[in-house]
Amino acid sequence: MAQREGGTVTSSYLHAPGFIAGDRPKIVTSRFEYADSYKIDRFIATGGYQGLRSALSRPAQTVHDDVRSATVLGRGGAGFPAGVKWGLTPQEVWPRYLVVNGDESEPGTYKDRLLMERDPHQLIEGCLIACYAAGLSQCFLYIRGEMAVAQERVAEALNEAYEAGYVGKNILGTNFSVDIVLHWGAGAYVVGEETALIESLEGNRGMPRLKPPFFPAANGLYGQPTIVNNVETLANLPWLMTNGVDAYTAIGTKTSPGTRMVAVSGHVVRPGVYEIVNGTTTFRDLIYGEEFCGGIRNNNALKAFVPGGGSAPWFTSDQLDLPFEGSQVGAAGSMLGSGAIMVMDETTDIPAAALTLTRFYAHESCGKCTPCREGGTWLERILSRIVDGKGTDADLAQLIEVGESICPGDFPHASNEALGLTAVPFPYKMTTICFVGPSAYVPVHSALTLFRSEFEARITKRTMIKVTAVGVSS
Amino acid sequence: MSTTESHNEAEIVIDPNAVSMTINGKSVTARKGEWIIAAADRTEDFIPRFCYHPRMESVGMCRQCLVEVEGPRGPMMVVSCMTPVAEGQVVRTDTDTVKRAQEGMIELLLANHPLDCPVCDKGGECPLQDQAFSHGPGESRYVEEKRHYEKPIPISGLVFLDRERCILCDRCTRFADEVAGDPLITFTHRGNNTQVLTFPDEPFASYFSGNTVQICPVGALTAEPYRFKARPWDLQQQESTCTTCSVGCRTVVQSSRDEILRYQGVDSDPVNWGWLCDRGRFNFQSTNSPNRLSTPLIKTESGLVATSWTVALDETARVLRHAQPGSIAILGGARGTNEDAWAWAQLADALGVDMRDAQLDDGLPAEIFGYPNATIDDACSATTVILLAPDLKEELPVLYLRLRGAAEKKKIRIIEITTHDSGLTRYAWKSLQCEPGHQAETVQQMLSTPEMQEQLGRGSVVVVAGRSNLAEAAHHTMAVVDTIATTVSQVSVLPVLRRANVRGALSLGLAPRDSTDAATILEASANGKVDCLILLGADPLSDVPDADLARRGIAGARHIIAIDTFLNNSSAHADIVLPAAAYGEKDGTTTNLEGRVTNVAQSITPHATSRPDWMIAVELAALLNHDLGILTLQDIQTRITQTVGGFDGLSVSVAVRKNGVLVSVPPISPLQVHHDAAVKRNAYEFRLVVARKLYDQAIGTAMSQSLAALAPGAGVFVNPHDLERVGAKDGSSVRVSNTTRSVILPVHASMTVARGTAFVPFNQKGVDIRELLQTSNGVTDVQIANIS
Repeated sequence: MAQREGGTVTSSYLHAPGFIAGDRPKIVTSRFEYADSYKIDRFIATGGYQGLRSALSRPAQTVHDDVRSATVLGRGGAGFPAGVKWGLTPQEVWPRYLVVNGDESEPGTYKDRLLMERDPHQLIEGCLIACYAAGLSQCFLYIRGEMAVAQERVAEALNEAYEAGYVGKNILGTNFSVDIVLHWGAGAYVVGEETALIESLEGNRGMPRLKPPFFPAANGLYGQPTIVNNVETLANLPWLMTNGVDAYTAIGTKTSPGTRMVAVSGHVVRPGVYEIVNGTTTFRDLIYGEEFCGGIRNNNALKAFVPGGGSAPWFTSDQLDLPFEGSQVGAAGSMLGSGAIMVMDETTDIPAAALTLTRFYAHESCGKCTPCREGGTWLERILSRIVDGKGTDADLAQLIEVGESICPGDFPHASNEALGLTAVPFPYKMTTICFVGPSAYVPVHSALTLFRSEFEARITKRTMIKVTAVGVSS
Repeated sequence: MSTTESHNEAEIVIDPNAVSMTINGKSVTARKGEWIIAAADRTEDFIPRFCYHPRMESVGMCRQCLVEVEGPRGPMMVVSCMTPVAEGQVVRTDTDTVKRAQEGMIELLLANHPLDCPVCDKGGECPLQDQAFSHGPGESRYVEEKRHYEKPIPISGLVFLDRERCILCDRCTRFADEVAGDPLITFTHRGNNTQVLTFPDEPFASYFSGNTVQICPVGALTAEPYRFKARPWDLQQQESTCTTCSVGCRTVVQSSRDEILRYQGVDSDPVNWGWLCDRGRFNFQSTNSPNRLSTPLIKTESGLVATSWTVALDETARVLRHAQPGSIAILGGARGTNEDAWAWAQLADALGVDMRDAQLDDGLPAEIFGYPNATIDDACSATTVILLAPDLKEELPVLYLRLRGAAEKKKIRIIEITTHDSGLTRYAWKSLQCEPGHQAETVQQMLSTPEMQEQLGRGSVVVVAGRSNLAEAAHHTMAVVDTIATTVSQVSVLPVLRRANVRGALSLGLAPRDSTDAATILEASANGKVDCLILLGADPLSDVPDADLARRGIAGARHIIAIDTFLNNSSAHADIVLPAAAYGEKDGTTTNLEGRVTNVAQSITPHATSRPDWMIAVELAALLNHDLGILTLQDIQTRITQTVGGFDGLSVSVAVRKNGVLVSVPPISPLQVHHDAAVKRNAYEFRLVVARKLYDQAIGTAMSQSLAALAPGAGVFVNPHDLERVGAKDGSSVRVSNTTRSVILPVHASMTVARGTAFVPFNQKGVDIRELLQTSNGVTDVQIANIS
C-alpha cells in the first residue's frame, strides 16, 4: 500500500508526524484510528454519508441555515463563517462553483493533508452537503501538488463514491446532481490564496487577483460565483448534519464552536496534529499538557512559538495562557491562521529561524506586485548577511524600513513584560495584493522586536568614515 | 444672488451616473464605475503610476498609485487604479502615509533597476526616471547585488528587451494579450526572478509590437529603428496623421536635425486610441531613404537623366499643351493630401481632363460612398457588424484592433463573409466562408435564416465593405452591399478602401467620371487613345490587379508624366519624372476611411528639390496660362471649404485638432449596382483569392530597412487536404496556371484556406501572381500541378 509506482512513499512518511488522539470530542478525526479509514466500506460502516442523507431529506435553505447558526468558522486562516460566505453569492446566476482549497502549504501546517489521506470520504461528503446547501452546481477539489498520498486516496475515494452513487447524477435517488473534479497543484505556496488558486485552476499563472472589487463569491472561477472553502471546514459538515446544531455548538465557545485541528511542530516531545476543543484549550495546555505535546524536549525552556502558521507574529511564554481563540489571539498581536504551532526552545538561533521563514516567503513570492517581489528578497538578503555575521547596525534599521514599505504603520506584535512591550493588535496594513509579502516581514519583525539582542550580538559595529570629495578643501 | 443661483441649478442636467467625491479636499465629479486614478487625472493632483494604462484593464501590480480613502475604520490604503469611485468618497493623495508608501515603492522598483539612464534611450522621457524625481525618496539604501540578465535580447525583428531595466508592470504583456490578441510575450519564472520573455523559438511577431515600446514605462523595450538615434530633448515634434493606410491614426512625428526619427501614437478617441501598427510606426525610414528622387528626371536616348525643375516643368507643359483634347489621363492622387488632390483636380478641370481615377482598379467603385456613412465608433458600437472586407489585420491594422476589442468585450457581434479565415474570424459571432463569386448566394441564405433576421433586427447594422479579393471583380462586393442595404433596416456602411487619402481624393475631384475608371483608362491607353498619362503617386505596373492590362496601358501611352517620391516600376517608363515631397515634408489635411479630416504636418524640409504635389499642379497651371487663383496652401484650404460640398463646415484650425472633423460628402455618383449570377466552376479546380499582407513590396515598406525583411514572400496557400491531393509537399514548388499563363510558386498548407480555393498574397517578392488575374471574368480559376 505504501509503495507507489515511480517513487516510494514509505510508511514512516504516512504516519509521522501523525494524528495524536486523546479522550476529547472528535468531529473530523473519529475514523483516524482505523487502518482502513480511507475506504468507503469503513466510512459507511462508521456512519458515513448519513450527514448527506439527512441534508438531502430537507430543503437546502434549512441546511444552509444550520451551517449559519452553528457558526462553522473557516479553517483556512481568515476564520470567516462558512454559512455567511455561502450567502454572498448572487442567486439566479448559473453555473456556480464550489472550490475546495486543498493547497495546504503554510509552513508548519499539515492538518488538511491528514484529513485527505485518512478520511477522504468525509471531505467528499462535506463537499456534497455544501453544494446542496449553497446551491452550487459543480465542485473542484484542488489538492497541493506535493501531497501524493492525499491525491491518490481522494481520487480512489471519489471513484468509489461515484460507483456507489454518492456523487454524480441524481445522488441517492434525489434530483440533486453534482460532479467533483480533482485538480493537482504545481507547487506554489501562493496558490493557497483563494484568488490565485482560481487562476491556477483556470490554467493561468498562480497569481492572486486583486480583491476588491472582485470577490470570488460574485466573480470567481471562469467569472462565475464561486465559494472557496478549506478542507477542514467542509470535513465538519457531515458530523454537523448527523448530530445537529445543538450538539455542534455544545462543543467549544459561543464565538468559536466545534473543534479545531492544530498541527504542532518544533521542539516539543510529541509533535503532531491534535483535534482540540475550539476556543478553550490554551497554548500552555497544547505545549505542556500530557494529553498533547508533553512539554519541550529535554525539559528545555520555551523561547518563542508561532501560534498560527509561518505568517503569524510570534509569541513568547508571556502568551502561553491565551486560549486557542481567534479574537483573543488577534488582540494579543498575532493570528490563529491555519492552525499551526511552531515551538522554539532556548537553543534556537533566532536570526537563523527568522531567515528560514523569510526565505520561504521571498522564494514563494509570485512576482506580481512590487513590494513582495522586491521587498521580500531584500529582507532575505539583509537577514542572511546578518546570520552570516556580516551585518552592520545599519542593517537592523534597514530591515524595519524595508518592512514599512510592505506594511506601513504599526505592525502587530505580542506584549512582553521583560522588554516592557505592550501588544499591537492584529491585523497590519499592507501595500501588497495578498499576504505573501507581509508574511516575509512577519518573522523579521517579531524576531527583531522580541530578540533584538540576538541580532545585535551577530552584527559588526561600523563607524561611518567621512569622505571628502577630491579637490574640495574641507 | 440667490435668484442667479437657482437659475443655474435649473440649468444643470443631473447625470444619473455622476458621482461627487473629493480628492485632497477639492470636490470632483466622476462617472460611476470609473477608477479613482481616472477621476484624479482630471484634477491637478497627479497620482504616480506604472502599470495603469487607461486603454487597458487595470491589474494593480506596481502598487505605485496607492492613496488613502476614508473608511468607517479610518483611512484605508488602496490602489487608485483598481478602486472605483463612490458617492461621497474622500480620497487623499498627499498624506504622509501615502507619501511614504509611494516613496517606498519607488525605492523598491529601483532596487534592481540598473540605473543606466545615461545610455538608455528612455532617459529624458522615462516615467520611472520622472517619478523617481517627483515621488521618490531621493536616494536608495539598496546595497545588495542587483539582478543580472543578458543585455538586450531581440524578441522580434523590431523590438529589443532589456530585462534588467524591466519593472514588471505587465503593460507590454497585457497589451499583447488584451489589445493586440497576440499573446506572444508573457511572464516567466517567479518571485524575484520573474521576467518577461517570448516562448522558446517563437519571436514576438506581432503587427503591433511597436506599441509595447511606446507604453513601456522604462527603457526595457526599445525599437530597432530608434535605438541610440536621439535623446528626447533633442527631438522636435509635430502632431500629425499617419498616412500609411486610410485609418488615419493620430501620431506625433519626431525629428532631429531635419531627419524623421520616430512616430509615436496619439490617443484619438474616435480613431486609434493611441495605437499604431508597426508598418505605420516604422516606415518613416523610407522618407529618409537615400533612394529618394532628388531632382526631376527626363527621358533621353540614354534613359532617364537628371534635369532642372525649369526644364522638366517646361517640357511637361509642352506635352500637355500638345495633347489632343480629351486624351489626357490622371491616375492616382490617393497618396497625397486633400490639398494635393484638389489642386490636381482643378488643373484637370482647366485642361478638360475627363479620364481620372484616384484608385487603380484595386478598390471599390466610388459609389460605395453613396450609402449612409458609418464611422469607426459606429462600427464599434453597432449591434451587428457585417464584414465584407479584406483581412483588416493585414490591411487596416488599427481598425482591426478597434473591432477586435469591441467584439472581445461583447459590445458587437461580427458576421464575417469571407473567402478564407481572417484575423477577425476567431472573434466573429458567425464566420460564413464562401467561395469567391458566391457571396451573393451566401448572403441571401444568411438573410433568410430566422436567427440572422433576429440578430439583424436587434439594432444598428454596420457593413464594413472593401475589396477582399483582387482576383475577383469589385462589383461582386458592391452587389452584396446593395442587397444588405436594401433588405436590412438601420444599415450604414464603413468603406474600407486602403490607400491613405483615397476618400479625400475621390471626394475632391479625382473620382472617375461616367464610369471611366482606371481599368477603362488603361484600356483606352492600350488602344492608343491617351496622349499623356499623368501618374500622381501611382504605380499601375505594381498595383493594378490585371498585370497585362497595366503593361499594355503603360506601353500604349504616348507620354507619361510621373510625380512620385521614388522611381518605381511605372515611373521608370515615364518621359518626365517630378520628385514629390513625402509625408512629413509637407503640411495639409487628409481624409480617413470614415470621412474624418485631420491635419498632416511638415516636420522636415522636403528631400533635395522635391515639392508638394499641389505646388507642381499650380506651377503647371501657370505655365499653361490657366489661373487657378492659388498661391499658397491656405488658398487651397479656403477654396475647398468654400466650394466643396460637405467640406463647407471645415476650418483648418479645427482639422488640426486631435480628433479632426467628420465631413459628409454627398453621394459622388448615382448608385448603379448590377447583380451577377454566381460564376460557375470550370475545369480549373482552384478558385483564386489574392489579397494583401501587411508587409509587401509597397515602396514605403521596401524602402524601410527594418520592415523590408518582414514581407513573407510569394507563395500559394491551400488547404492541407488539397495539398495532399495535388501531391506536393509543404514548401515545394507547384505550377499555378490559368487558361493562358502559368507561374511557379512555393506551396504551403494552411487550415485557414477552404478546400477548393487557393490564397496568394499580393505584391510579394518573387513571382508576380497578377500574371494570372483576369478580373473581367468575375473570378479567377486556376490549376495547381506538382512539379517537384
